[in-house]
Amino acid sequence: MGDGTVAGPVIEAEGLAKHYGQTLALAGVDFAVPAGTILGLLGPNGAGKTTAVRILTTLALPDAGRAAVAGIDVVKHPGQVRRYIGVVGQEATLDPLLSGRQNLMIVGELSGIGRAASRARAAELLAQFDLADAGDRMLKGYSGGMRRRLDLAASLITRPPVLFLDEPTTGLDPTGRQQTWEAIRALLREGVTVLLTTQYLEEADALAHRIVVVDHGTVIAEGTPQELKEASRSAHIEVTLAVPNARASGAVAPMATGHVRVSDDGRRLSAAVDATPGLATALVRALDAAGALVDNIEVRRPSLDDVFFALTGGHIAADGHADSAGDAGAPRRTGNEHGVPGVRA
Amino acid sequence: MTSTAISASKAGSGRPRSSGSMIGPLSDTWAMTRRNLIHISRAPMQLSDVTIQPLIFTLLFVYIFGGGIPIPGGGSYVNYVLAGILALNLVSSTMGTAVGLSTDLHEGVMDRFRTLPMWRSAILVGRSLADLLTALLCALIVALTGLAVGWRPGASIASVIGGFALMLFFAYAVQWVSACMGLNASSPETAASFGLILLLPLTLVSNALVPTQHMPGWLQAITTWNPVSSVVAGTRVLWGSPNPSATIQAWPMQHPVQAALIWSAVILAVAAPAAAHFFKRRTTG
Repeated sequence: MGDGTVAGPVIEAEGLAKHYGQTLALAGVDFAVPAGTILGLLGPNGAGKTTAVRILTTLALPDAGRAAVAGIDVVKHPGQVRRYIGVVGQEATLDPLLSGRQNLMIVGELSGIGRAASRARAAELLAQFDLADAGDRMLKGYSGGMRRRLDLAASLITRPPVLFLDEPTTGLDPTGRQQTWEAIRALLREGVTVLLTTQYLEEADALAHRIVVVDHGTVIAEGTPQELKEASRSAHIEVTLAVPNARASGAVAPMATGHVRVSDDGRRLSAAVDATPGLATALVRALDAAGALVDNIEVRRPSLDDVFFALTGGHIAADGHADSAGDAGAPRRTGNEHGVPGVRA
Repeated sequence: MTSTAISASKAGSGRPRSSGSMIGPLSDTWAMTRRNLIHISRAPMQLSDVTIQPLIFTLLFVYIFGGGIPIPGGGSYVNYVLAGILALNLVSSTMGTAVGLSTDLHEGVMDRFRTLPMWRSAILVGRSLADLLTALLCALIVALTGLAVGWRPGASIASVIGGFALMLFFAYAVQWVSACMGLNASSPETAASFGLILLLPLTLVSNALVPTQHMPGWLQAITTWNPVSSVVAGTRVLWGSPNPSATIQAWPMQHPVQAALIWSAVILAVAAPAAAHFFKRRTTG
């Protein structure tokens, strides 16, 4: 322990639980991140993502459970753990009265890599994150995107082998998000192990090797992005007819899980269906039997969005993003009972 | 998956140190001290309580009260009052420690520091050292203003410097009391009011600005045992200034230098570990 060589997962959480007063933030969460991979911790606001990150980065103590980074217990040896981690918090964690360069340097110096190395590394990171021109300006004058980039840069100053990124792209414009994604991919190529929390399904899909979906302080699904998509049996079909046919929607209806929508010109039908094997064949036969002339059939596999909304009961949309930790209680769904896609307008 | 080495061998900058070396705490403290000094340089008006305020206080007391207050045993009011003015300025400026720490605790940067393999107490010690430097500036301004309006110490240079050192040692100890307040305050504003409520009476109910001879007995007893009185009387002795308290038959007034040293050491010995404790409590969980 402590020599930095670990067999097995680099980041481990076992039965992590944490209360803040009456509020249950984590109700027993397990996950593991193998070396050199990135795990996406996906969930709505107040799901417990940040609490898990705070425990793993020695900022909070768990009420129950065990957490380890690089094989080192975070509760017993927090000082050891801090030597291996880089952290990008959800809120800006830099000093607004220092310049970008001074911020990076003080982080380097306080990490013990020395003044000269801190200076060199700060210059390197400022250039890498497009902040070279702003490097000597006070952080106060930075835009939100620049601050986020500097936050990421600060967490990389010692080239930590384990990174915690708590919603690193929140508040970034599309370009900034792409840049951050590129930076994360580059780190993965160097063998860094990453725990990433995000509310963006697209982000988890684009970056994560594995995804753990948390809601109300518990894990409600886990797998690769592909596995999660496959776990949801729903698909979306869109049929284009050569000429409008009144019986076509009746032919599709038995396969549909909801109602069949027909476009104004009567040529397009769309519906959510169960993704059974041979779906397209069955559709063509049914439409043929109804006498419809089919130009095109499109079967769209569920996006991670569909899966996510199905798993979390769509309460992000329902609660209008205001899902606070305050209503955290029993999970609404557990295990594999998810089969119904979220119906989205 | 087999065993995987977590190392940063490709890194040119080396691994963060492990805890336990002696260099770590020193360089961390220096880094934190510099950070606080940069803060001051970014907002020089923050320094008004150790620059403009001492200047104004010195002029105010010397010219407004100067003529009206006779000094028992003789001597000029400016020679008498300067030690008191220094105490007033230094003690009230320790409020900055409370406000600074409270501000730090409410900023996101504290979370950053807490994930670094640094000596945690450097946050406290770095703050107190930066504040000690501003206290030094304050003392310098009081001395220069005093010299300009006729203050003339009646002792050797070494003894005069000793007087300043005695005063600064006390201010440093009070900074740690202020740190305790800042660490327990719910906001920087509360921290500031703490200072006003405790520090101002502490300085005023003493021999700092007026001789205590004419005070009622109970009030005189309080002033006699107020640490500020010992420090001010001790400084007057070392500066060779008029010290009417010498006629008060109580141990702290008979041995003010020793009393000041003991008071400061005791305050420091209690407040510094307490601050470390409060800091730990505020930053875990």
